[in-house]
Amino acid sequence: MFIFFYLLYICLKLICIRVNSLCRPTAYRTSSNQLCSSKVFIQRDYSSGTICKFQTKFPSELESRIDEQQFEETIQTLNNLYAEAEKLGGKSYLEGCLASLTAYTIFLCMETHYEKVLKKIARYIKDQNEKIYAPRGLLLTDPIERGLRVVEITIFEDRSIGSGR
Amino acid sequence: MFFPQSCMMSSLQMRICRKESSCCVHIILKTLFFFLCRCPYLAVHLCPAIPVFAVLLFLFVMAMLLRTSFSDPGVLPRALPEEATFIEMEIEAANGNVPAGQRPPPRIRNVQINNQIVKLKYCYTCKIFRPPRASHCSICDNCVDRFDHHCPWVGNCVGKRNYRYFYLFTLSLSLLTIYIFTFDIVHVVMRSMNGGFLNTLKETPGTVLEVLVCFFTLWSVVGLTGFHTYLISLNQTTNEDIKGSWSGKNRGQNPYSHKNIIKNCCEVLCGPTYPSVLDRRGLLQEDTLISSSNPVPQTTKTTAPLIPNEHTPDDAKPSIAASAEKSPSPKEEHPAATKVPPLASPETDAETSIAKERAH
Repeated sequence: MFIFFYLLYICLKLICIRVNSLCRPTAYRTSSNQLCSSKVFIQRDYSSGTICKFQTKFPSELESRIDEQQFEETIQTLNNLYAEAEKLGGKSYLEGCLASLTAYTIFLCMETHYEKVLKKIARYIKDQNEKIYAPRGLLLTDPIERGLRVVEITIFEDRSIGSGR
Repeated sequence: MFFPQSCMMSSLQMRICRKESSCCVHIILKTLFFFLCRCPYLAVHLCPAIPVFAVLLFLFVMAMLLRTSFSDPGVLPRALPEEATFIEMEIEAANGNVPAGQRPPPRIRNVQINNQIVKLKYCYTCKIFRPPRASHCSICDNCVDRFDHHCPWVGNCVGKRNYRYFYLFTLSLSLLTIYIFTFDIVHVVMRSMNGGFLNTLKETPGTVLEVLVCFFTLWSVVGLTGFHTYLISLNQTTNEDIKGSWSGKNRGQNPYSHKNIIKNCCEVLCGPTYPSVLDRRGLLQEDTLISSSNPVPQTTKTTAPLIPNEHTPDDAKPSIAASAEKSPSPKEEHPAATKVPPLASPETDAETSIAKERAH
C-alpha cells in the first residue's frame, strides 16, 4: 500500500516537471531567436530650476537608430507638456485656493490639472512609440514610471541567427 | 506614517508613533474639554455660533493633520538596477583611472540654476543623484523631494507634496488654540462678573490648567507657524535654513525664490498638486539575471510600474517582440549589454563649462 502511494507520488512529480517544461515560452526553446535589449537614460535638466525638464542632448547609442531631430522633437514636446502641467498661473492658483478651502476634499470629485496633463503625456508617448520608435526597435518608457527622474529608452536588438524556430 | 521602503517598525519608529498619537490626543482632549465645559455656557450667554465655528476649525485641523501624516511627501523611488548601473558607469567614465590606494573623488554634479552653482549629491542608498532641494531622510530611509524636515508630531517627512498641508495644519492649529484660549478667558471673565473670580475657579476647576496648557501650546505652535510663514515668503526649506545655504553672505541668492513674497507664497501654497511617483502595491523586483543557457521565464515578479496604469510598457511593446513570439515573454530577456557609456559630457557639468568660458 505504502509503495503504491509512493510510486503515485513519484509519477505525479514527474508529470509536474514535464508540464513545467512545456509551459516555458518558446522563445527560450532555442538559443537562436533571442531579443537583447540595452537601455539609455535621458537625465533631468535642472538648469531652469526644479521644474521637470529633460536634457535634449542626443545619446550616441541612438545614432544608428533614429534622427537627432526626431529625438529632440520628442523630448522638447515632453518638456513643454511638463511645463504646462507645472505652470504657475491663475488657473493653478484658483485650483489651489479652492482645494484648500474645501480641505482638499474636492480632489475626490475632480482630477487635478497635473493628472490631466500626465494622461496627455501618456497618450503622446504611446503614440510616439507606435509611430516612430517601435518600427526602429526602440521603446520609450513614461518618465512617471521612473519617478520623473529619467526618460528610459530601451534599444531592442534582434540577434536571430536562423529563420524561424 | 509613511515607510514605503521598509515595513519593519524599529524602536525609533515606535517612539515617533507615540509622539504622533500624543499630538492627536492632545488636540482632541483640549477641544473636547472646551466643548463640554465651556461651550454650553458661551452658546447660551454669548452666541451659539461659537461652538459651531470651533467644530469646523477642529475638523479642518484633524483633516490637515491626517492628510500630512498619510500623504506621500514626495518620495523619490530608488533607482532600478539598470539605471543604477548606467549612472555608475557614467561616474566611472567621468572619473577616469583612479590610482590604486587613492580615494575616488566625491560623487557630485554641478548644475547652474539662475546664475548659482548648485551641487547635486549622489545618494548611496537610493543610487541616484538627488535633484536640487532633495535630501535623504534617515528616519524614513528615502530621498524626499524639496525636503523640509521630518516631523515626529506628524509622523512623516514634510516635503514637496505635503508641505502645504503641514503649513495649513500649523496655521489652523494656531487659530484653534487662540480661539480656545480667548474664549476660555472670556468665559472666566463673564462668570467672574456674575459671581466673583474665586467662585468661578471653584465652579470650573479645570480652567487654570486649560489656560496654562493653551498658553504654552500657543507660543510653540504660533512660533512654528510664524517661522514657516517666513520660510515660505523666502521660498526656503527648513533644511536649507538650518544648513545656512542661502543665508549670511549668500543671502539674496536663493535661486528658487521669485524675489517677490506674494509669488513665493502662491507657488508654495497654491502651486500645482504634484503626483506621487510611488507604487504602493508594486512587487519588489528581485535581481534575477536570465542567462541564455538556463532560460527560466520571469513570470511572477516583473518590474513593477511605479504607477500602475494601463500605459505600462507591456502595452507598448514593440511589434518586433510580437512578431517574433506569440507566447508571452518577459520584458527583459537579457541583462543590459555591457557597453561603456559616453563620457559625462562637460556641458552637463556647469562648473567645467563656466571654467571653459573664462579661459576663452
